[in-house]
Amino acid sequence: MKARRRFWNQFFEKSLTASAFISIAILLGIFILLATNGWKAFQDVGLEEFLSLERWNPSAYDTPSYGLGALLLGTALTTLGAIAIAAPLGVGMAFFLAEIAPVRLRNVLKPAVELMAAVPSVVMGFAGIVVVGPFLAQLFGLPNGLNALNGAILLAFMALPTIVSVSEDVVQAVPRTYKEASYALGANRWETLVQVTLPACYSGLLAAVMLGVGRAIGETMTVLMATGNATAVPTSFFSSVRTLTATVAIEMGEVPTGTTHYYVLFACALVLFIITLIINIVAEQIATQLRRKGQ
Amino acid sequence: MNLRTFWMRLGLASLVVCTLIVVAFMAALLFDLSWQGIPVLSWEFLTEFPQKGMTEGGIWPAIFGTTAVTLLATLLAAPLGVACAVWLEEYAGEGWLTQLTRAAVRNLAGVPSIVYGLFGLALFVQGMRMGASVLASACTLALLTLPAVIATTQEALRQVPRSLREGALALGATRWETTYSIVLPAALPGILTGVILALSRAAGETAPILFTGVAFYTRYLPASLFDEFMALPYHLYILATQHHEPEAVRPIAYGTAITLLLLVFLLNLGAFILRAQYHPKKRL
Repeated sequence: MKARRRFWNQFFEKSLTASAFISIAILLGIFILLATNGWKAFQDVGLEEFLSLERWNPSAYDTPSYGLGALLLGTALTTLGAIAIAAPLGVGMAFFLAEIAPVRLRNVLKPAVELMAAVPSVVMGFAGIVVVGPFLAQLFGLPNGLNALNGAILLAFMALPTIVSVSEDVVQAVPRTYKEASYALGANRWETLVQVTLPACYSGLLAAVMLGVGRAIGETMTVLMATGNATAVPTSFFSSVRTLTATVAIEMGEVPTGTTHYYVLFACALVLFIITLIINIVAEQIATQLRRKGQ
Repeated sequence: MNLRTFWMRLGLASLVVCTLIVVAFMAALLFDLSWQGIPVLSWEFLTEFPQKGMTEGGIWPAIFGTTAVTLLATLLAAPLGVACAVWLEEYAGEGWLTQLTRAAVRNLAGVPSIVYGLFGLALFVQGMRMGASVLASACTLALLTLPAVIATTQEALRQVPRSLREGALALGATRWETTYSIVLPAALPGILTGVILALSRAAGETAPILFTGVAFYTRYLPASLFDEFMALPYHLYILATQHHEPEAVRPIAYGTAITLLLLVFLLNLGAFILRAQYHPKKRL
């Protein structure tokens, strides 16, 4: 009886440890798979052509070209646009919820915003086609509203739940004594907010925005549906753009396995994977420093 | 009114404006989707196959496909995720392996879903020769939801008071007996909440199933794990962008969008209620 209990105890300790290795194995597996397949693309195409602004035209009949420049610009344009919209709105709303809103309003609004994170990206993309697109077209007198701006707006609202939720926690965590000291010195609410609370939670807000960016940069279906997918080098927010993610989604289903084009798409995914990894690590670094400062 | 008061009013008002913009956008979006989508919903719409090039009929195979793949993915992800979380919280010390596992889980959560799609294509569809199938898609979605299941389970385990574990150990239970009969039951509502949220995430994802098994149209429901299937998010995508008569299928696209949205919101509501009702602090 005793031996059996000890056996099961040992058995589960070993098997649980094994299960923990799985997450490491998956992350490594993804990297190795993308790297080995992507590497073949670098050999075939060369780094120079990859990073050039040469047109992305992998299915051209005579000389296919694989310039990632326009696609990287597409990703950059939609993501940066999304940050420009989401960061001020998100931080502003977080301050409203934490500092101004009555508790009951806050307890309704915060879960409501967090629920928005559950809206599937394909539904956001559909909204881009039927709501945001026509609105932009009418507002700016464009033939259609499928452009970088549309993608940026939708991505902003997909990043907002993360930004609002994390920022609100950060603002709430600022010790009350800071504010009380500021009021005691005669500062009003706005002066206290800008000169005391904001500096105190600056790095936390940065981490919140970074987490939102991480989500925006990897988004696929929304930008695929809402930005028009032209492969030309974008000239403004009203240009139709195609992101890295959308390119993989559109073309992967149609390329024959083992061709240069196939490997190039893996290289695109590798670039994406590395960018999001860096963003996550940096955001985590900021958060760790914060925790240390908190102690 | 002096200048300082003026700036204060302006500043605080700008925060209100930020909030109003966010709320107005969300409301406009939900209003448009419900206004045009809800009238389309009917028993026939939910239970019939698409007809006449998808311009008529229902979305039953897409509902069935999404349900089957999502449930299968969760069945695969839940045991693995819970096991990993139990190891991290109950067994692991503060060693390098623990640190590495934590970092891996965190970074997996940030990997774009399209990258999971490529990984699933290369590993499950081609590497393990599953072909484009229900099984390959479910495996890919399981990987995608794994980090979320781990994180929520860890959170639930952390809420269980230490005194419960100490009591069990003091009575002579082994570590596994303590975990299995004391800690896991106490954390169960929290774990279930996480699993439901994982279900809702998997149901709405399109990019991971794009190359691993979803089909534009199937004449029959998938009969085995190795068949292709239709899914709600992909159905919405093709109706909105790939159909040759986008205007003719717009009502059906709205109906599909609202069905998907309702499904996801109901799952989230379930998780919310579960969490509110069985909050571990209240129970113990």
